[in-house]
Amino acid sequence: MSEHAEKLTPTEYIQHHLGHFARDLTPQVSKDGFMTIHADTMVMSFVLGLVMCLGFWLATRKATSGVPGRWQAFVEIVLEFIDGQAKDAYHGTSKLVTPIAITLFCWILLMNAMDFIPIDFIAKIAGFVGATFFGMDPHQVHWRPVPTADVNATLAMSITVFFLMIFFALRAKGIGGFVHEMFTAPFGKWMFPANILLNIVELLSKPVSLAMRLFGNMYGGEIVFLLIWVLGSVSVFGALAASVLGLAWGLFHILIVVLQAFIFMMLSIVYLSLMEEHH
Amino acid sequence: MNINLTLFAQALMFAGFIWVIATKIWPPLLNAIEERQKKIADGLAAADRAKQELADADARVADEIRKARVDATQITDKAHQQAVQIVDKAKQDAIAEAARQRAAAEAEIANLSSKAKEVLRSQVANLAVKGAEKILGREIDGARHRELLDQVAGEI
Repeated sequence: MSEHAEKLTPTEYIQHHLGHFARDLTPQVSKDGFMTIHADTMVMSFVLGLVMCLGFWLATRKATSGVPGRWQAFVEIVLEFIDGQAKDAYHGTSKLVTPIAITLFCWILLMNAMDFIPIDFIAKIAGFVGATFFGMDPHQVHWRPVPTADVNATLAMSITVFFLMIFFALRAKGIGGFVHEMFTAPFGKWMFPANILLNIVELLSKPVSLAMRLFGNMYGGEIVFLLIWVLGSVSVFGALAASVLGLAWGLFHILIVVLQAFIFMMLSIVYLSLMEEHH
Repeated sequence: MNINLTLFAQALMFAGFIWVIATKIWPPLLNAIEERQKKIADGLAAADRAKQELADADARVADEIRKARVDATQITDKAHQQAVQIVDKAKQDAIAEAARQRAAAEAEIANLSSKAKEVLRSQVANLAVKGAEKILGREIDGARHRELLDQVAGEI
């Protein structure tokens, strides 16, 4: 599976697979500066989001209150499950929480699931496409298939959730109430410096922890896969061991993939719910 | 782990997907689900109602049957009584008729027998007279001996 590794050192192999298909929009200013776009993350997440919307749309297009078709029934079960979780955790009135939860869970699940495609399959296809259509050196084409293993994607989601949290808080309490709580909770108004420090740290830690948890899990999972494939390139025995280990890690990864998507969704809802509560 | 423009693009994409789900996917599906729940609830309620109605109808039917049975019993009892009465009346009529006819027959018999007695009596008287004439050799004067003859006739 790892033909690159026969020509590359393990370090180069791993570095190759951890490289992004990055394009800096301002190459004259800097290389890989802030204006860089990770095309692999963008394309994969967009395609997967499209797959998600299309799948749901197929179910809702002919949504009937009578006897549902198989696909509609499946989508209904999934979405009702998420809706149930969201309703359990969120006690406010917003109708936006369930769509947020659905998007988070299904999208993250699909993006995480890209980890199950052996990474060298994708590298081969990406190298072929890059060489054929863009005239690139196939070994220089980097393509990371798991968008959630890119900290930009996870941070983007958690920061969006963060702004939604602020929005929910402002809607529930108004600007005055929100600022008042920032200064007075939890220690009372005479301790306002401690309060504001604590509140800011608490507030900012939420999106960071959300993003880092998901990113760390997926990135780590990817690296473990890469190490297993490096082992597979060593010898015939190594390839056999790598198959067994790859299978084992893949099976374990199913749990992680679903669990991380679920945790991200649940914590986001809980944070949104917390922001509406008065202290 | 370099943060760059991808983050903003991803955030926009995420917001876009939330918008699509919130406007195009979830409301129609939720509508369908809620409508179905309502339908099911209505169906269950209708089933309950139908069951209640059936029970009511059954009770009504049982009531009617019971009433009809009572009526039928009454009618047969009445018919029985009437039949008994008719038979009784016919029996009494027959008995009365029989008695009447027997009385008439007895009267007839008595009449006939008294008539026959009368005839016999007169014939015996004549025979007696004739016998006596022959014995005595002379005619008995009917007029003179009427008293005697009647006496004889009365003794027979």
